[in-house]
Amino acid sequence: MGEWPLYEVFVRSKRGLNHVHVGSLHAADDEAALRNARDVYTRRNEGVSIWVVRSDAITASSPDEKDSLFDPSGDKVYRHPTFYTIPGSVPHL
Amino acid sequence: MNDDLFGGDSSQWAFGTDFEDPLAGVDTTMVDDVVADDLALYCLGLADDALIMSQRLSEWCSRAPEMEDDVALANLALDLLGQARLLLARAAAASPSVVPVLPEGSPVPPEDALAFFRSAGQFRNVRLAEVPGGDFAHVIVRLLLFSVARRELLERLRGSRDQVLAAVAARGVKEVSYHRDWSARWFLVLARGTGESRRRLISALDELWPYQAELVRCGAVDLALADAGVGVDPTTYAGAVDAVLGEVFATSGVERPSRGPLAGVGGRLGRDGVHTEALSLLLAEMQVVARAHPRGRW
Repeated sequence: MGEWPLYEVFVRSKRGLNHVHVGSLHAADDEAALRNARDVYTRRNEGVSIWVVRSDAITASSPDEKDSLFDPSGDKVYRHPTFYTIPGSVPHL
Repeated sequence: MNDDLFGGDSSQWAFGTDFEDPLAGVDTTMVDDVVADDLALYCLGLADDALIMSQRLSEWCSRAPEMEDDVALANLALDLLGQARLLLARAAAASPSVVPVLPEGSPVPPEDALAFFRSAGQFRNVRLAEVPGGDFAHVIVRLLLFSVARRELLERLRGSRDQVLAAVAARGVKEVSYHRDWSARWFLVLARGTGESRRRLISALDELWPYQAELVRCGAVDLALADAGVGVDPTTYAGAVDAVLGEVFATSGVERPSRGPLAGVGGRLGRDGVHTEALSLLLAEMQVVARAHPRGRW
């Protein structure tokens, strides 16, 4: 065995609003991956929804590009909306 | 089981727990127009089916073809073990006389006494559950035949006048629906996979088919409990079981096996305590530690 493709698993927990990456697994096809994810990652009553996606369908940024991709935003403090006062009557912003 | 997990502070867990007690708020009083021993025997039948299947499934732990299926099989085994615990406890509550007597002062609860201190002749499981395991196709076929019938049973048992049986069934039908789905998918995969997987599947089906009829046979206890609105007469869902299996066979391109049902001894089958020798061997392994320590606390 071992020829089964790798899948990444995302679970939305009962208290969460978004799906969170929880790990990966092997499966023969998409449906089997969903079942396997149910059995491996939600057996302790964690989830209400599962996404699976084949790992090779994910395009990831390269660690080599870290400097050029992310460092430039490191000193752009003006991009945070912190230069005005928030009225007290606005609870969530 | 750590009963503190029902409620309590769950903030220590990353995703929370929120476990539910399947019997929370359930009326545990006995239906008064049912013979207590009949109810106990009925519960033992359903409990033993689940317990012995669970034991056979757990033998696959660490032996499945992939880690993911290893975990899946262990999950299924634990689902059935949970059903068995509740049903054994109900049998003991219905008629304490069915519980083996242990040394005075033994802390072993009735459900454990029933699981670990009865001999093969006192078990009431269908023989399909006890036959020795084979290859992965064998576990798939056994689970399919078992879960198709048990799902139909539990679906109807949800309307039982016995509130505990109704609650166990309401919980169990969701679990067994998944078992049915899981095994049917694997049945299809093996049937349409390679020549070798198909050969193994058909061989397992041929071996296990003679045990299928026992799943939908109605005994005297089933009939008495069904008449009282507490149990279910298996012949009422035999047609539904047949239809589901027929659909799985058709989708998989597998012919319905032709072998006839395995005879009992003088008409007595697994539900009557007549078993294959495999059950004694299974029980020897399952019970040895508990029997060596009848005063043990687990």
